[in-house]
Amino acid sequence: MAAPGLSAARPGGANGREGAPALPTGRTIELLLLVFAAVIVTGALVLVEANQEQELTPTLLYVGLAYLVVLTLAHLAVRKFAPYADPLILPSVALLNGLGLVMIHRLDLADQDRAALLGQPVPDSLVFKQILWTAVGLALFIAVLWLVKDHRTLARYGFTCGLVGLVLLALPGLLPSSISEVNGAKLWIRIGGAGIQPGEFAKILLIIFFAAFLVQKRDLFSTAGRRFLGMELPRARDLAPLLVAWGLSVGVLVVERDLGSSLLFFGILLVLLYAATERVSWMLIGIGFFVIGALIAYQLFGHVQVRVQVWLDPFSDYDNRGYQIAQALFGLGTGGVGGTGLGAGRPDLVPFAESDFIFSSLGEELGLIGLASILVVYLVLITRGLRSALAVRDSFGKLLATGLSFAVALQIFVVIGGVTKLIPLTGLTLPFLSYGGSSLVANYALVAMLLRISNAARAPLTRRPAAPAVPIADAGTELVQRPAVGPTTGPVPGPTGGRP
Amino acid sequence: MNTPIRRIAIAVMALILLLLGNLTYVQVVKAGDYRDDPRNQRVLLAEYARKRGQISADGQVLAQSVETDDRLKYQRQYTDGPAYSPLTGYYSVIYSSSGLERYADPVLNGSDDRLFARRLSDLITGRDPSGGNVVLTVKPSVQERAYQEMSEKGYEGAVVALQPKTGEILAMVSTPSFDPNPLASHNSATQQQAWKAENAADPATLPNRAIDQTFPPGSTFKLVDVAAALQNGYTPDSQLTAAPNIKLTNTNTTLENYAGTQCGTGQTASLREALARSCNTAFAQLGGELGADKLRAQADAFGIGRSDLSIPMPVTASGVGDLPDTAAVQQSSIGQRDVRLTPLQNAMIVASIANGGQTMAPHVIKEVQGPDLDVIDTTEPDRLGRSMPAGVAATLTDMMIGSEARTSGGGKITGVQIASKTGTAEHGTDPKNTPPHAWYVAFAPANDPQVAVAVLVENGGDRALEATGGSVAAPIGRAVIAEALRGGQ
Repeated sequence: MAAPGLSAARPGGANGREGAPALPTGRTIELLLLVFAAVIVTGALVLVEANQEQELTPTLLYVGLAYLVVLTLAHLAVRKFAPYADPLILPSVALLNGLGLVMIHRLDLADQDRAALLGQPVPDSLVFKQILWTAVGLALFIAVLWLVKDHRTLARYGFTCGLVGLVLLALPGLLPSSISEVNGAKLWIRIGGAGIQPGEFAKILLIIFFAAFLVQKRDLFSTAGRRFLGMELPRARDLAPLLVAWGLSVGVLVVERDLGSSLLFFGILLVLLYAATERVSWMLIGIGFFVIGALIAYQLFGHVQVRVQVWLDPFSDYDNRGYQIAQALFGLGTGGVGGTGLGAGRPDLVPFAESDFIFSSLGEELGLIGLASILVVYLVLITRGLRSALAVRDSFGKLLATGLSFAVALQIFVVIGGVTKLIPLTGLTLPFLSYGGSSLVANYALVAMLLRISNAARAPLTRRPAAPAVPIADAGTELVQRPAVGPTTGPVPGPTGGRP
Repeated sequence: MNTPIRRIAIAVMALILLLLGNLTYVQVVKAGDYRDDPRNQRVLLAEYARKRGQISADGQVLAQSVETDDRLKYQRQYTDGPAYSPLTGYYSVIYSSSGLERYADPVLNGSDDRLFARRLSDLITGRDPSGGNVVLTVKPSVQERAYQEMSEKGYEGAVVALQPKTGEILAMVSTPSFDPNPLASHNSATQQQAWKAENAADPATLPNRAIDQTFPPGSTFKLVDVAAALQNGYTPDSQLTAAPNIKLTNTNTTLENYAGTQCGTGQTASLREALARSCNTAFAQLGGELGADKLRAQADAFGIGRSDLSIPMPVTASGVGDLPDTAAVQQSSIGQRDVRLTPLQNAMIVASIANGGQTMAPHVIKEVQGPDLDVIDTTEPDRLGRSMPAGVAATLTDMMIGSEARTSGGGKITGVQIASKTGTAEHGTDPKNTPPHAWYVAFAPANDPQVAVAVLVENGGDRALEATGGSVAAPIGRAVIAEALRGGQ
């Protein structure tokens, strides 16, 4: 079914799609891929139950059904609100979310076993909470698709987003520790039993703000300063946004003691700045700022030094601070290439196996093969997002899609790199896989926006009249643009670009 | 702004590649180190989480796993630990395992190929996977009697009892022994304490003397001489010197009979007489006349020198040592010099004679059972080789009956004819003033052998320098034979 759809797109070509009447939406491909993801996830669930319980429990049915309902609703929402959206993004998310549910359920079983052995009360089932959060995430996902009919409207709320984002980011840091602190990092707002990490939402809001802000002021930052080593340095006063980003990150680090979010914000803002200005010099200056910030942070903050020492040699402090990462490495090593099989390993030996360390849990039971597959799924998700950024016609959409996609990329790099001892451990959750409501809900909103942008990139241009019908006055305005300055917001570029 | 976006995409791919590279390093290159790190409990936990099979003998459970409420799930328990520990060994979280716990591990933990079908059906039907059981050839009554005889008197040594026709090990005792229960404790302090105590014990408790250690066989080795002689032209009536002492060929070393006595009344003594009286001079002469090659060939035929024997625990190789000249052969002929046998090997020699010269492979596992006690595999008797023709074996048996008649010590069984040989082996740097090892090797009934035994009591037992094979080891051997025949008939 997929093949004719793909070949049908070819004759028209990238620029020909404007006139093509029957453009494939990709929804059939999406549906097939979703079914594929559901089959994998169901199979994984059955394996877990077979290995852990030696029988199939009703939980399997509940988890499986809830997952299928979520997939169906998400697919229907995309069909209705963004029919031309990229068909690979939602199945990638579905597969990751499903595998996360499977692993959380698997760790639930291990915790229940242990509690039963020790005669303790049976702990709460995390998988049901995660399913609940998935449902909330789905609601937000549908709401975003429904309310945001055109992503360009978001640009109008840029400053509002920025302000709300800042408040959300700062709130846990300003609240008393009893409400905001969990395991040493002040990231939470906890009321009663439930808690959210507002930083996850702040991340998206700040990306919207920065994309809107940079599109507005782009020319300003592109103004050349002095040349140095063959690069055009920005003027000193244009460094302001970079300084803001830097200050924001340092603030997060100092007030909330959260290394991961700090790194994440800085990285995303730097990349957005680079994408908006096309200047490598921004990147280099930014990296310079990062190095200076990192050195100062290392000198000033004990918890940063501890993280680095644990990273360099987790086994030297095995019984204490190195325990978690050492156990994660033992788990990964025991899993080896093929893994122990789902439900057959002991990922529960790693503290926080279901949240920050879910990647090592998966690595123990699915092996290098499984982890590589998961990384490829992430790569598909990220590159489809970036592809939408390339294909979409407006600058704001480009920047927003780039920022959102790169946010996912940097976050998985920081988390996975930390868990596998490539970089110091920072303590973030893995998008869609980790247990954690805020992360899941926020990332569903993120994906809804990516789908919205990809829909705009792939949809036929209905509102724009055909070229001959363009009034001469309107056509004239296009000639005024100066390609030499850089990419334009003009309507012409297709998915393949075409500008030098 | 598409150029920077493309570059960002490339950078993202580079990041992912970096992660993949690092993962490959962790999960492939360093995987072995991490997996085998002593602090990594995963492999051990997986093994403990499975219900390990039991070790039993004749319906009596010797080792079994019982469910616990701690994280290791199953605790190993041994009934009558010290009596059986040379066979069962121990199963420790910290100190690994020994004995059958180690060498029958694939069956006990369920990974053995013979249990494959079972594992497959476990997976499909959802049964708790568990290991197979091992049933021993050991007769508990014989084992316990042998252990009681040895431990009651505080003897160091070993007892091996074989069924000569099949090679089944009916008893294998090593004293002093250890209790494997504290070593299998899930309390690491208990484990460490027990391990320290057992390792510090003197005499040692952990080795199984019957198969792990070799000892000079003394006069019991004369059975090998006779077997060689009877196949090389000698008869029971061949005459040998009866002198109380002789000089070893080309040396000034004197070799004398026990207590310096004449071998019988005449100038010469027959081979039959010499074996019955265990005359050293006569056998030194016989060994010298046979020569190193024939003696060694006969020893090899009995299995001495084999290093590949396993029951399934590996058996330390016995050996006759270097035989560079006639004097060395003469000394070795009376089981001294560098001749060293495991108690099991010595039992195999008499068992071979008892079985008409056919040596059977000794084994301790009778059956392998599935977790439901259904028999999956039965050990078939296996021939190791022929040590002598049946006729020679019959003659030798006859001569051993004569030897038994001259052997002192208590415990003779009325109505049962035993064929035996004793040994009193000197050892150490000052042999004359070191209590000798006392040996007794025998089988019974002589006309239809059902049991062959080897008893070793180290360092004179309770008789010190006065000890002889007859006075110290023979009563134990006879008691074991009596017990074996009582149960077997």
